[in-house]
Amino acid sequence: MSAVFRFAGPKLLRAGLSILIVVTFTFVVLRASGDPALQILGPSARAPDLEAFRRHWGLDQPLYVQYVRYVLAALHCDFGNSMLAGKPALQLVFERAPLTLALMLPALALTMLIGIPVGAYAAMHRDTWVDRSVMMLTVFGFTVPSFVLGLLLILIFSVTLGLFPSGGADRPESFVLPVLTLGLGGAAIIARFTRSAMIEVLSQLYIVAASAKGVTWRQVVRHHAFPNAIIPVLTLFGLMLGGQVAGAVLVESVFGWPGIGQLLVVSVANRDLAVVQVILLLVALTMTSANLLMDLLYGVFDPRLRGTNSGSQ
Amino acid sequence: MKTATVETNRPSPRTVDLPTLLAVGWVLLMLFTALAAPLMAPYEITSIDLRHRLTPPVGFGGTMLHALGTDDLGRDVASRLFYSIRTSLLVAFGATAISVLVGTGIGFIAAYFRGLVEHALLLMIDVQASLPFLIVALAMLACFGNSLTLFVALMGLYGWERNARLARGLAITASAQGYASATRQLGAHPLRVYLRHILPNSAATLLVAATVTFPEIVLVESGLSFLGLGVQPPMTSLGVMVAAGREYITRASWMLLAPSLVIVITAVAVSVLGDWLRDKLDPTLK
Repeated sequence: MSAVFRFAGPKLLRAGLSILIVVTFTFVVLRASGDPALQILGPSARAPDLEAFRRHWGLDQPLYVQYVRYVLAALHCDFGNSMLAGKPALQLVFERAPLTLALMLPALALTMLIGIPVGAYAAMHRDTWVDRSVMMLTVFGFTVPSFVLGLLLILIFSVTLGLFPSGGADRPESFVLPVLTLGLGGAAIIARFTRSAMIEVLSQLYIVAASAKGVTWRQVVRHHAFPNAIIPVLTLFGLMLGGQVAGAVLVESVFGWPGIGQLLVVSVANRDLAVVQVILLLVALTMTSANLLMDLLYGVFDPRLRGTNSGSQ
Repeated sequence: MKTATVETNRPSPRTVDLPTLLAVGWVLLMLFTALAAPLMAPYEITSIDLRHRLTPPVGFGGTMLHALGTDDLGRDVASRLFYSIRTSLLVAFGATAISVLVGTGIGFIAAYFRGLVEHALLLMIDVQASLPFLIVALAMLACFGNSLTLFVALMGLYGWERNARLARGLAITASAQGYASATRQLGAHPLRVYLRHILPNSAATLLVAATVTFPEIVLVESGLSFLGLGVQPPMTSLGVMVAAGREYITRASWMLLAPSLVIVITAVAVSVLGDWLRDKLDPTLK
């Protein structure tokens, strides 16, 4: 038990500290940069109105008072109201969350379902034309930005072929293009990574030993190579989440998808501070927990790492 | 027989393959375009010609008057494309330079002070790594407003954490080597040790890191400009052009395709070039 704690404790502490720094950072940057009262009420607003607005939102207090209040409130899950919608910011974000998750989860699944088999296949047919063309394709896969890919898919499948709608989230078909857009780039990264992990494993002596004792190649791959190659791919998953979040902002914008990403762009353009902060914090929280989870899972899958302080460098 | 095996194991003397050559060609073309945009562009990027709105490119019913067609205000797509390349590369160059300089500085500071300073910097690096840059950039842009200088500075924050981590590692390795401690024992100031001795010995690796950062900044810049939060009109960048083209995707797909293709090919070319440079300069870097 204490060994588990020694392994997990520092990681938990780091994660907590990271979140606190993100809160501080967003707070300082957002508050110190300009006057939200002028932004919301417009330059033609009268001075008493501005004053009343500032007093109402606590903007007339010194920054550190605002900060302490903010952190205390955040601990009670109170992130203030959206200045634009007049509703609690958290509620506003959670209303949009299901749509964004409905986009991201299938996309992540697609990433794995395409990336892992393709990468493994390429590794097992190393230096053949299949391998080379797959690797060439993946270069395009991860260099083409998601908004360009999305627009190209719209051009082909909506405008030219008329198969899928080009935007909105009202029909089941609406999901196809955004999910594809979001999933393909990630699949390319996973494929490349799986390939190199698999190649590395296939060159190990235990693979030679298994083949030498007469195990069929199919069995060698399934029981010896693949399970060992998949472990490093898992950690990549946590890192990729960030790319998916950033991708979702652009993809939602391309497809007019009313999720968190669009909410963020609109809130940023209108300087709706509370909403921006909630989204930033939510993203940081999701990513930190995902990375933490991957770190811990890594310890479960690969017992050799439990004693060492892996992943901290 | 024996010499034959040796021959096959040796890497082929022709180290530049076709994709790399093409990539070099394309990058040079882009650099040339960026430098010579005012000479190459047949029109002003803001000159409006409403009688020739949305004319298609040559080969799709257009004329040589507007080789790549015109946009919704009759502005020449080719001219705008040249200037967009100029802007996008300018932003990316400036930002990459800042990113590598800032990252190297922070990395070296962490390597020199160790202890608490190093831990604090490592924590900051962790935090940056836990937030997608696009999200951070969005928040900062909305807060600090937008001018080109500010935008370049903001883009310069991209990838600093990766460069800092790399520079710290390089500096720690270098300090342990003979030449660094020899200079130190001769009484050289730490700044001299770091700038005159450790930096030149780490430069090749840092340069390769820059080729990784560069195309990524091009992509982030075009993404932000696409959202309408990056480069602002009347200036134009590749992302601005893609965003404008989206509105006319059914009627004038060339408005969208021209800048998209440039983004894609440039990103791929720089990535191919980066791989080649990495193999060439520093085989240990992964």
